Amino acid sequence: EADSDGAPSILVPGAVPRRQLCFAWGPAEVLVCETLFGRAGTGEGAPSTSRVFVVRRDQDIYIQTLRKLFNESHGIFMGLQRSEEELAGKSRKAQLVQVSKNYRSVIRACMEDMHQAAISTRDPALQGQYSTQVSILSAMELIWNLCEILFVEAAAAGPLLLRLLDWVRLHVCDVDSMVREVLSSENPSKHKLFWNVVDIFVLQGRMDEARHLLSKEASANPTSMNMYKILDDLMKKMPVPSLGNTQTLTELELKWQHWHEECQRYLQDGTFASNPHMESICKILLGDEDAILEKKELMTTWYHFLVTRLLYSHPTVKPMELRFYAQSSMDLFLGGESSPEPLDMILMAAFEFEMHQVIKECSIVLSNWWFVAHLTDLLDHCKLLQSHNLYFGSNMREFLLLEYASGLFSHHSLWQLGVDYFDHCPQYGRVYLELHIERIPLSTEQKALKVLRICEQRQMHEQVRSICKIMAMKALRNNRLGSALSWSIRAKDAAFATLISDRFLKDYCERGCFSDLDLIDNLGPSMLLSDRLTFLGKYREFHRLYGEKRFPEAARLLLTLMTAHIAPCSFWMTLLTDALPLLEQKEVIFSAEQTYELMRCLEDLTAGNPDKQKFQDDDVETTKVEMLRLALARNLARVIVKEGTVEGS
Amino acid sequence: HGDVSAKFCSRRSADALRPLPPRLQSPDVFATDNRISIWSSGDLGNAGLNGEYHGEPRLLCDIQHNGDVMDMQFLDQERIVVASSTGTVTIFRHHQNNQTLSANHRWEKAHYHVDQDTSCGGAACTGVVCSNPEIVTVGEDGRINLFRADQKDAVRTIDNADSSTLHAVTFLRTTEILTVNSIGQLKIWDLRHQRNEPSQIFSLAGDRVPLHCVDRHPNQQHIVATGGQDGMLSIWDIRQGTMPVSLLNAHEAESKGPSNLALNISRNRTFTTSQGNLF
Repeated sequence: EADSDGAPSILVPGAVPRRQLCFAWGPAEVLVCETLFGRAGTGEGAPSTSRVFVVRRDQDIYIQTLRKLFNESHGIFMGLQRSEEELAGKSRKAQLVQVSKNYRSVIRACMEDMHQAAISTRDPALQGQYSTQVSILSAMELIWNLCEILFVEAAAAGPLLLRLLDWVRLHVCDVDSMVREVLSSENPSKHKLFWNVVDIFVLQGRMDEARHLLSKEASANPTSMNMYKILDDLMKKMPVPSLGNTQTLTELELKWQHWHEECQRYLQDGTFASNPHMESICKILLGDEDAILEKKELMTTWYHFLVTRLLYSHPTVKPMELRFYAQSSMDLFLGGESSPEPLDMILMAAFEFEMHQVIKECSIVLSNWWFVAHLTDLLDHCKLLQSHNLYFGSNMREFLLLEYASGLFSHHSLWQLGVDYFDHCPQYGRVYLELHIERIPLSTEQKALKVLRICEQRQMHEQVRSICKIMAMKALRNNRLGSALSWSIRAKDAAFATLISDRFLKDYCERGCFSDLDLIDNLGPSMLLSDRLTFLGKYREFHRLYGEKRFPEAARLLLTLMTAHIAPCSFWMTLLTDALPLLEQKEVIFSAEQTYELMRCLEDLTAGNPDKQKFQDDDVETTKVEMLRLALARNLARVIVKEGTVEGS
Repeated sequence: HGDVSAKFCSRRSADALRPLPPRLQSPDVFATDNRISIWSSGDLGNAGLNGEYHGEPRLLCDIQHNGDVMDMQFLDQERIVVASSTGTVTIFRHHQNNQTLSANHRWEKAHYHVDQDTSCGGAACTGVVCSNPEIVTVGEDGRINLFRADQKDAVRTIDNADSSTLHAVTFLRTTEILTVNSIGQLKIWDLRHQRNEPSQIFSLAGDRVPLHCVDRHPNQQHIVATGGQDGMLSIWDIRQGTMPVSLLNAHEAESKGPSNLALNISRNRTFTTSQGNLF
């Protein structure tokens, strides 16, 4: 639907028509949802169902059969970017033409798949969709092929006509089924389509095939043997441009003029007067526009008409002359009955060598950027596009590639292709990549690792950190502390590691034992990432030492944890409480020095405590402190005695 | 390529580019690209002169799969077990007579974070290994599940078997399994014991590089190989020590590390693949 401004309007299915909608833009789509407000003038709104609609313009990336197109063309694109720039002249051109042909063969392969899908599906809506896609792809190939002939290969006068003939034969109308029908009939020359087939062969310059069919007519109709022989001879002798350098244009023109005059003579002599079919063929050979136009239905398009005209009136047409013939052909063919369609305008722009116009029109008509992005890139490599700077600084090639690649990023797996395209956009590619890659939904760890590898390869450290943080946060929310720690270590994110270590410690305080020992016991050098993490590792080590009854080492470690301020102040009470069993051992473990240290720690803890009031009121805490003081005093007493004693001999 | 003629081009091709109405129906059919497909690798008797194989794989049948396929393995001649990124484990049956696939049995949310019943609670199931009729799966939730084909519920579940993500699992013996995780540890679990603790833990010294895959030697049961994220292939002797016997730099660490590493040991050759490189 188009509203009065000509801008398309879209009906959001399922939305209540009386509500106002609000929206927000996303990278490739719009989020729309219903608000509480009624439409202007209809009074109050009311609570509605809470739904969010995702409105997307480009559905093509989700079509299964087009994936081949995106994947394969990505390969061709990359090959082109990496190809030898040093090759110059003919070999470079040949290389570029090959690239163009590769692109086209991918389009054709896709068309084939889509066609198979259309035949094999039973759902009429799907069938319609597939058929539409087939015709779009076929139009794309048509345009690309023409651009290849005119721009990439830049065929010169002579070969130009041959290429255009090939183009028409390949694309324009379905001759083969007609041919099959006629040839397989019992009496081909009596078939009602016989002359249609002969005509179309002539219109397409397929002389040998036309002559072959005509011979059947001749043998069935001996009275016209004479006429047939002359016509056959004319057709055989018709001079055509050759691909090699066997004759110059001037030679060709001379020969052609000569032949043209011979045809003219036979026509004027009335040689073919008794057989209107053959007469019409002779007129076509002479390039008679009216005669050719009579076969409009067979040619189906104005560009077929154009090429036929050129074949029979100006076979040595120069590229720059095409525009005049194209315009007049279109006018004559359409004859004011119908107006040109978008495809016609695009082809016309190509014949006029208006490359930018071709790209612009294609961008408007096609539903995604695939076609224009790749074609423009190829033309850019042919050095055909001037650096046409757009107002935000990048050139057209880059603009289109950025748009195309951005579109890929909204797909759950095609985004990987997009990365390579961004790599080859020198000005803004990196920035776009940085912004897009952070927004890829990371549904599994495997995907996150893929994304990370891409970032690391390109030294995108910010994004690496950001992604690791996201994964760590996710893991933390899912209570996967080990994973969370692993991610924060990878991100070298000390703050997060501290956060997670605090969680572990909190868990320990609540449950009285460590979870995830397999992680904490094996931290290795990554322990040094954050102080809290170091403390966690060392604290666990203390517990291990204690469990293995290596008390002196455990004691030393415990003390270091406090004196070296590795332990957070909040944990000191717990550490001191852990020291209790060591103090109560039969054997003296803490030395005098160590005991003094412990005492100092305890005093620091109780003295410097701002919640002194609370501390004193809390019975458990007070008891603990008292017990500690007692134990420390007792230990001190014992150790002084022990250290003062001289060892007996 | 340039010579292929498009025979099916219809006469309507010229009318193709009418502006199409914007399509807004949610493309249900295209919702997920993930399919399980069975291919025929053709007649192996057609080897060329040098024994190279000439045929092209041919698609026999396929079926839609919900979520990414994280791992899969044949249970028997007809059944395949598939691990999904949604946390579901599915058994598909391949019907050879009419070349179709059908879902035979499904364990929904075999792997999940926190709460099995929340809609987004699923955790990816990262690895599956079969020894008919037993199936063992591991996942991002650090859980190990032991299933028996055709039994509705899990035979045994070890919750929180690992504090980090388990990446792969394989059978060591009929009652023992090996797992590798994302903090570089190789663990042996004895399924006869009811304890939820591994019987042994091995790890690489130094940086705890995530291990992505594991396989054991077919003949020598104590030799195990693991592949790490940095491209390092480690060979372990589980009878002795907790350190690997040898380390091989199978893939360039700088280039793509083995994210989709598949490990397969047969006879004296070890095959690992990584993003297209075969070692």
